[in-house]
Amino acid sequence: MALKIVKGSIDRMFDKNLQDLVRGIRNHKEDEAKYISTCIDEIKQELKQDNIAVNANAVCKLTYLQMLGYDVSWAAFNIVEVMSSSKFTYKRIGYLAASQCFHEGTDVIMLTTNQIRKDLSSPNQYDTGVALTGLSCFVTPDLARDLANDIMTLMSHTKPYIRKKAVLIMYKVFLKYPESLRPAFPRLKEKLEDPDPGVQSAAVNVICELARRNPKNYLSLAPLFFKLMTSSTNNWVLIKIIKLFGALTPLEPRLGKKLIEPLTNLIHSTSAMSLLYECVNTVIAVLISLSSGMPNHSASIQLCVQKLRILIEDSDQNLKYLGLLAMSKILKTHPKSVQSHKDLILQCLDDKDESIRLRALDLLYGMVSKKNLMEIVKKLMLHVDKAEGTTYRDELLTKIIDICSQSNYQYITNFEWYISILVELTRLEGTRHGHLIASQMLDVAIRVKAIRCFAVAQMATLLDNAHLLTGNTQRNGICEVLYAAAWICGEFSEHLEDPMQTLEAMLRPKVATLPGHIQAVYVQNAAKLFATVLQKHEGETDSQVAQETSQLLVERLPLFVQSANLEVQERASCILQLVKYIQKLQQKNVEVADEVTALFAGELNPVAPKAQKKVPIPEGLNLDAWINDPPSESESEDEKPKAIFAKEEPKHSRSKHTEVDEKELARRREARKQEQANNPFYIKASPSSQKGFDAPGVEHIPVVQIDLSVPLKVPGMPMSDQYVKLEEERRQKDKADKKKKEKKKKREKRGKGRKADSGPESEEDITPAHQVDIVTEEMPENALPSDDDDKDPNDPHKALDIDLDKPLADSEKLPVRTHRPEMLKSPAEDRDGEAAPQESKKKSSKDKKEKKEKDRKRSKEEKKKKKKHKEVEEEPVESQPEEAVQSEETKEVSAPPTSTSAEASDLDFWLSSAPVPHVAQEVTAPPSAAAEDTSSAAALESEPDERKDTEPEDTKSSKHKKKKQKKEKEEKDKKKKKRHHHHHHHHHHHSDVGEDSVQNGTVEEEEPLPPMSNFSLLAENAYIKMVCDIQGNHQDESKVVVSVIFENKCSSFLKSMEFNVLDSLNSKLQRPEGAGPHDSLTVPFQLPPGVSNEARFVFTVQSIVMPQKLKGTLTFIVKSDDSSTHEKLDFKLHFTCTSYLITTPCYSDAYAKLLESGDLKGSSLRLEGINMPFHHLLARICFHHHFSVVERIDSCASMYSRSIQGHHVCLLVKTADQTVSIDAKCDEPSLLGNVLDEIKETFSKC
Amino acid sequence: MIKAILIFNNHGKPRLIRFYQYFAEDMQQQIIRETFHLVSKRDDNVCNFLEGGSLIGGSDYKLIYRHYATLYFVFCVDSSESELGILDLIQVFVETLDKCFENVCELDLIFHMDKVHNILQEVVMGGMVLETNMNEIVAQVELQNRMEKSEGGLSAAPARAVSAVKNMNLPEIPRNINIGDINIKVPSLSPF
Repeated sequence: MALKIVKGSIDRMFDKNLQDLVRGIRNHKEDEAKYISTCIDEIKQELKQDNIAVNANAVCKLTYLQMLGYDVSWAAFNIVEVMSSSKFTYKRIGYLAASQCFHEGTDVIMLTTNQIRKDLSSPNQYDTGVALTGLSCFVTPDLARDLANDIMTLMSHTKPYIRKKAVLIMYKVFLKYPESLRPAFPRLKEKLEDPDPGVQSAAVNVICELARRNPKNYLSLAPLFFKLMTSSTNNWVLIKIIKLFGALTPLEPRLGKKLIEPLTNLIHSTSAMSLLYECVNTVIAVLISLSSGMPNHSASIQLCVQKLRILIEDSDQNLKYLGLLAMSKILKTHPKSVQSHKDLILQCLDDKDESIRLRALDLLYGMVSKKNLMEIVKKLMLHVDKAEGTTYRDELLTKIIDICSQSNYQYITNFEWYISILVELTRLEGTRHGHLIASQMLDVAIRVKAIRCFAVAQMATLLDNAHLLTGNTQRNGICEVLYAAAWICGEFSEHLEDPMQTLEAMLRPKVATLPGHIQAVYVQNAAKLFATVLQKHEGETDSQVAQETSQLLVERLPLFVQSANLEVQERASCILQLVKYIQKLQQKNVEVADEVTALFAGELNPVAPKAQKKVPIPEGLNLDAWINDPPSESESEDEKPKAIFAKEEPKHSRSKHTEVDEKELARRREARKQEQANNPFYIKASPSSQKGFDAPGVEHIPVVQIDLSVPLKVPGMPMSDQYVKLEEERRQKDKADKKKKEKKKKREKRGKGRKADSGPESEEDITPAHQVDIVTEEMPENALPSDDDDKDPNDPHKALDIDLDKPLADSEKLPVRTHRPEMLKSPAEDRDGEAAPQESKKKSSKDKKEKKEKDRKRSKEEKKKKKKHKEVEEEPVESQPEEAVQSEETKEVSAPPTSTSAEASDLDFWLSSAPVPHVAQEVTAPPSAAAEDTSSAAALESEPDERKDTEPEDTKSSKHKKKKQKKEKEEKDKKKKKRHHHHHHHHHHHSDVGEDSVQNGTVEEEEPLPPMSNFSLLAENAYIKMVCDIQGNHQDESKVVVSVIFENKCSSFLKSMEFNVLDSLNSKLQRPEGAGPHDSLTVPFQLPPGVSNEARFVFTVQSIVMPQKLKGTLTFIVKSDDSSTHEKLDFKLHFTCTSYLITTPCYSDAYAKLLESGDLKGSSLRLEGINMPFHHLLARICFHHHFSVVERIDSCASMYSRSIQGHHVCLLVKTADQTVSIDAKCDEPSLLGNVLDEIKETFSKC
Repeated sequence: MIKAILIFNNHGKPRLIRFYQYFAEDMQQQIIRETFHLVSKRDDNVCNFLEGGSLIGGSDYKLIYRHYATLYFVFCVDSSESELGILDLIQVFVETLDKCFENVCELDLIFHMDKVHNILQEVVMGGMVLETNMNEIVAQVELQNRMEKSEGGLSAAPARAVSAVKNMNLPEIPRNINIGDINIKVPSLSPF
């Protein structure tokens, strides 16, 4: 055997290994491809051998070839084989190859699931590590689903090396399998406080990555991160957290306020530039989020700008770049602070580094004003001329256009200048942005009516010199400008001085070399020009010109009729026929001009880009409704699910949509006509508006002289520079004029229509050269303002927009591998499959235990949290001390209606930063309380201490403060109690006592719901009051948990409380082993005066179909200073059928299947005079009766719940004017009947 | 997130490529070419950030690179990464290579792409930064290498011997390194 191995390896040493391959390639420079193809043949041979070492070597070589661009996917199966080798050496090679060339489309991936699972649970941490690393590169949705649970277990691995990898890979798992986020999140959160810095950093990394995409779901983690930020010294972690805060602050300005101070401190103290930079960035984000409400943060802005200036002035180009980058963020909200550094930024335009120039350009965009626009653009035009490289030049071009056109041309005072800038830009060699220039020309000409005359003249010159633009064949891009030029000349031809000449220019044979869509515009606009010429000359006695024009068209158009472009061809032949006809008429001396002009009557208005989308759906129009009745079969299908519930009222048909009366139709028709009248794309019924020009009184600046001496410039083009001079002169003159005027009288109000300018300081001194009326883009009437149109529907992160604060529901578990699907088993029981080796089995069972323990802790923690929210919510109630007793009761009892609002209020509490004494020090935590518990509590509590100094900013009435303090005191007490409570749990091993208290996550958040509580009064006397809540237990089908809150109402100490219930045949109180059937249970705490605490008792029940009552007694000793008495209190514990139900979410398809199965029996209920909103009604049913909403459509909802013994209960709730009908189905009729009775009772109470 | 890590030499020859998002092989090569084109025409004294090429990512992505003697180390990252942080990370990575290869030079990367990958995997995982502490990275890499050696055991000995013989006729590799500002300097190394 050993000999064989040695022999094998001797054979092997003459195989090519990776180094040989590389060397070989280096030695075959001339025929590399040929050499590699022979190597690939060799590799194929090697892969066929039955020796894993040879295979691994081959795969290793393939990985190298993959880097050189060779497709190696054909070897995917061999890679899987090497991955599954038991030797780490080969396994690593296999996983590396897989991570380089596997992807979601690789079909062999599905073969790897078991192998990867095996590696993940390998006793060797490096096997696990290699598998995790590989998996992170090629995880697919299937793998993510199948392995999520295994990876989650690894997050609590003993080795930090594995933990950090497992934490990181969770992000990939979440992306591919979003359902795993909620079940895994609590553990991920735990890892934020992992003792190992690497694991902690990984957890921060993952959460930051998640939060960046959906920040609102992570707001509740802000306190925890805040604590990390103030305690961590790891710059990597700090940077991530600070970046995260940058994403969170826009959602919660109060958070920003809290952050400013620590961040400012960091800015002053840190020596790490990277950290400094991120701090500045986040402070900027904070300032942006505060900008509306808080004007007095100028100090912070100054600090930032000043730090950034230092960065920009640094000789390190990287810092310069980042400084500019951050500066552009400040610019958006605080332009003035940046504008003072204009010199610095203009200087950066001359930098040799393109990245820096681009950044500086970005900044310029925000720095222009009416005053300096021309100057800045002039500078940019200079750069355009000397810029080498088209990318940068194109960038400059777009920036110039952006700068000028921003906020509706706000800063342009002279549009003639702008047009000439655009015309100058057309001379750029080889730009890609001809289209952009063209659309600007069109936009300006259309929307600035006053400029049309000038624009048309310019465009005519452009057309005349088109050969310069198209110069060397079709340099794509810039000829797009001709599109605009032709259209403008045609559309506004009445301004043309010599339309005949332009027409001639547009019909030159050279035009036929232009792209089709431009030719089409040429042809169409030639027709418009033709109409204008006719109009102009027809009145004259001698019709020579008109006829000549027709002749010209008839001669030239055939060229276009032959065009290969359909559009051109069609238009040309159409117009040619028209002209021929006109020519005939002309020869008969018939006047045609008016009719020809009428062809092009009407003005084209600009339409906003989003206009189509914004057309509101008219009232009563249902886009989902059938226009014709659908084929009969689908109709019956459509009706089917409803028919499942017995008594279906026929009201629900869709006749609603068809019963629109005649009047309504007429009204709509009218509205539509109106709309069409306003829509430029509709041809109007009557030629209402003749093409009239209505921009009178424009001061006419004389067309600038042709500057023929300038080489390479289109002759006849004005130079924009001249405008700069002109403009300066004009401004000076204006100023002088104004001064004069001002002496006489106060300044007049400026003329019509110009958009209000918000430019800085002396801006208003600059009057625009033209009184322009910028036509705004048209929008449909009653367009809805909505900004949700730019979200990418394909963003994978959208699926991760999951509310993480809702408690986990029973069904939300990570899928666990089972032999056959068995839904009812708990995940711990069937964890290890047959494939797992013996040791790993042991280990996993250990893990299991750990997991269980953890779970329990977690659920407790959650519970605690919940309680805590409760307290916060109750605050207003407490402010009425005179109703002490009453309020105390509500206090304990009022549970928050939804847990999300509870979370929010928790955050509110943190953010409102009242001075809370350091609770953690005052309360001596029992040693058994879990350490993490204390620390997380401390996290919450210690915050405010540090922030006392920021306090004064919050101006709050002293009354309010008092209230707060009181509340805090209250809270302290609570905490004490909670610790107690925890303690008790540990000692009494009530391990299965209500792990998860059922919460209602299904309540909708439409309107605030009235506070609701499941706690009902059990018994009360002068000393003590007991309220209780009964919940079914998820884990055990025969157990019910009764939580009883004992409240000491007297001024004495209550101790030795003993709780006993008289068992019935059906229900028994669970007693510790060894206790007799009638022994009472000791309540595990004592009650000081005024204090309340909660204890839980477990009952076993046999049958759950009937409600029942159990008699019980509480005995206790009342101990005052001088005496102690023995007291007792009798009570009746009422087990309703509702208390056997467990809120269980159900998907609608599963629900439908359930109903169709036919195993359920129906019953129904009708409630009259219910006077509450439907969602309140649903919320009540959810809350009091442990249902969840499956689906809700308008005033109809389906609901679901499950009993602890697995009975399905389905409800269909419908409401119509104060009447609620509930149709119900359940596989146990008597249970259903009782539940319905209980529901009825709930609503009879309110 | 890091979208891709590319290492190529002054002539654009790839020495290591690591994409954290799937691209077909020809697309990968195109990206390398484009990135090389963008990066190589920049002077050494300009900033190390480049707004991403058109192929890889959109406006959210940046190329962050460092140039060491004959090699370019290019990271393509999105806006969730700190620019200066990534620059540091590249430095950490290179210093780690230097430690693991004992005075690293381009030839090490050429002949031991697999080892470079193994080191990189301890630094970045699935596009996220895994570890930034150099000692920790080196320790993990060494432990794994040791394991590999122990697995090889006796049977690997002949292969090792052959490999040593094969390496004998390699041209002596000039390795000069100055650790002060880590420069991988391989003068006169002819590209292939």
